[in-house]
Amino acid sequence: MKFLEIARKDLKAEFRTKQMLNSMMIFALLVIVIFYFAFGNEASIFIQGINKKIVDLLAPGMLWIAFTFAGMLGLSRSFAGEKEEGCLEGLKLCPVDRSDIYNGKVLSNAVLMLLMEMTTIPIFVVLFSYDIKNIPGLLLVIILGTSGFIFVGTLLSALTVNTRTREILLPVILFPVLFPLIQLAVSATASMLASGAISEITGELQILIVYDVIFFIIAQMVFEYTIED
Amino acid sequence: MLKKVLFILAAIITLVSAYIVFFVAPVPIEPTEAAGDPNNFKIFYFHLPIAISAYLSFAIVFVSSILYLRSKKQKWDIIGLSAAEVGVIFAFLTLATGSLWAKSAWGDYWVTWDVRLNTSLILFLIYLSYLMVRQAVEEPEKRARLSAVFGIIGFVSVPISFLSVRFVTQKMHPCVVPPCAGSEGGGIGGVVLVYLILNFTAYFLLAISLMLLKIDNEQLKEKINEVKRQKNL
Repeated sequence: MKFLEIARKDLKAEFRTKQMLNSMMIFALLVIVIFYFAFGNEASIFIQGINKKIVDLLAPGMLWIAFTFAGMLGLSRSFAGEKEEGCLEGLKLCPVDRSDIYNGKVLSNAVLMLLMEMTTIPIFVVLFSYDIKNIPGLLLVIILGTSGFIFVGTLLSALTVNTRTREILLPVILFPVLFPLIQLAVSATASMLASGAISEITGELQILIVYDVIFFIIAQMVFEYTIED
Repeated sequence: MLKKVLFILAAIITLVSAYIVFFVAPVPIEPTEAAGDPNNFKIFYFHLPIAISAYLSFAIVFVSSILYLRSKKQKWDIIGLSAAEVGVIFAFLTLATGSLWAKSAWGDYWVTWDVRLNTSLILFLIYLSYLMVRQAVEEPEKRARLSAVFGIIGFVSVPISFLSVRFVTQKMHPCVVPPCAGSEGGGIGGVVLVYLILNFTAYFLLAISLMLLKIDNEQLKEKINEVKRQKNL
């Protein structure tokens, strides 16, 4: 359970300044506001004989754009912060397994990102006067999607931390790997927002779980190579 | 010597199969049934072999990444790099030839939400970012290590992309090569199969030759660096 200590250290440091959490939350808020100004809540479009509000079509993608972009901010700082003052060396000297460092980072990143998401959704609901049909279902989708995002993102964040152009490189290499995850999450979120029957998205949930499990295991195996000297 | 023979063989077979595709190979579709110009089927003769060669190159990247992390031998890194570069080119050609064919057969260059199209696109993007990782690190040992990690992650995400894209999809792209679920496949057989195999040989040889050239190239680069280090240049 050593990874809990590492996560606790990260969260303690974070909650002292709240630097990262604040910028993530405000960034996500800004993304939602930009969409609000761009598409409003009244505009509608005529598709296949039905008059649909534009927000209904865009909502799931909008949410996940806000989540992934804001989450990316947190991820890029997650290991970059450790580079200062040789903290990463200190971490590596800890008498713990290398994968414990990864698991600790995963936990602290996931907590920050879930906090950001839990504040973004109410803002979205208020601004677009949106009615979410199945809130527990949506939470499930968000948790599965976020864990996949964090599993891959933490690993790649460790990978890019030693490169020259880490801030730019992380999104460039992370997004191609995330495509399936974002796509499944958006499609499942759409069902949860609109109709709300969990039975509609069992397929998406299954593949999301497979994605999470596969990348979690792979990360356990290859993480040590990313921070080794 | 053996390499030279291989290169010459690759050149000859590629040229011959290109000639055959344009002037000899039949179009196995009735003109009335064909979508668009029936001759657009001829793209298939090199579209499929190029795509499979790209997939094979990516598999080589995956395997050599694992072997590099296990053994830390530089040759695996060089093999991985060469395979990735060739794979990216072939993946791009797959997208290009596929788009041309799609324009003629389906009326659009790109059909949104088709499984194979999107999987090929994602594959192309993943290995582009593999090359980006390599570009971002200067120290050879670290570059080899980090890109090997990404080579593994990237390859693993491909089957999941395929699964996920299939989810929200109608199928445009036909299943041509058996075994196909549900149907008999696109009716490949007889002389078409022979020409197809010829094209497969051509593009496999081409891909391997390009990889070998790139490997030689990288090894020479290493030698130059070695000499430079020794002479303190």
